[in-house]
Amino acid sequence: METVFKRPKSLIDVPFHYCPGCTHGIVHRLVAEAIDELGIEGRTVGIAPVGCSVMAYDYFACDMIEAAHGRAPAVATGVKRSDPDNLIVFTYQGDGDLASIGTAETVHAAARNENITVIFINNAIYGMTGGQMAPTSLPGQVTQTSPYGRDPKACGYPVKICEMLSELQGPEYLERVTVNNVKNVRNAKRAIKKAFQNQIDGKGFSLIEVLSSCPTNWGMTPKDALKWIDDHMIPYYPLGVYKDRSNGIDKFAAKED
Amino acid sequence: MARLTFRTDECKGCGLCIDACPKGILRLSEETINKKGHHPAECVDMEACVGCTSCAMMCPDCIITVER
Repeated sequence: METVFKRPKSLIDVPFHYCPGCTHGIVHRLVAEAIDELGIEGRTVGIAPVGCSVMAYDYFACDMIEAAHGRAPAVATGVKRSDPDNLIVFTYQGDGDLASIGTAETVHAAARNENITVIFINNAIYGMTGGQMAPTSLPGQVTQTSPYGRDPKACGYPVKICEMLSELQGPEYLERVTVNNVKNVRNAKRAIKKAFQNQIDGKGFSLIEVLSSCPTNWGMTPKDALKWIDDHMIPYYPLGVYKDRSNGIDKFAAKED
Repeated sequence: MARLTFRTDECKGCGLCIDACPKGILRLSEETINKKGHHPAECVDMEACVGCTSCAMMCPDCIITVER
């Protein structure tokens, strides 16, 4: 018999600290598989964020740097520019990190078309701090700090990162995926691998937004949380490729015509 | 013929592998408790397993190895 599925080499053999059913583990594995399959482990540097995945540096076998809250794209820019031909740099950020405190760094890294890969985990809530409302929380979503549901009149509307960045001329590749069933996990893997391949080919800024679950803070079982992604998150955050300049998917270019 | 190996002590009992299995042959063990204090996932009918790797794809803790 042949082994058809095992833990990837780029994922260190230690148990994750994540809650039961948290999809961070799946996305960690997909990133590690992409690194393995592209054979870039020795020259990859990951930038860990602040949030639940703050301890990502314990799990990836490549070199890791811990950035200040939200500043991962800025740190990644510095690392990448120090040795642009050799290093492969990725950031792994949650929505509290990337879409809240780190919005400026994200937008400007994308506008500069910095040749880095960004993995963005969107679970519509602040997970590590105990389930407060995030910029990505859906209208009407009940959280610790919006007990009657998020009211857009008082709290504004969610930030749709892929849509927002697709208006910029800079970024190379923007796609929104999810990992709530086997088919979507396979699709997410293809997207993440492509984001790394773009960087190897020197094409520029690639961001993959992964709709994730947070069973603990959503107050659901892991199974219900995955269903909630289907029922509530995907209608608000449609999946798909928002920008792929090399293959002609470019909102900005379409407007120029 | 396929074989699943679970690293039982790292299982958190989330049950995502159970929903992913097209054959419906996985369950949370009722008799055993692992060192984390969860009822770990187990396969009740290894003969029926086709080695599709769906359970391993959905396992957030990457504890399943599939051979085929």
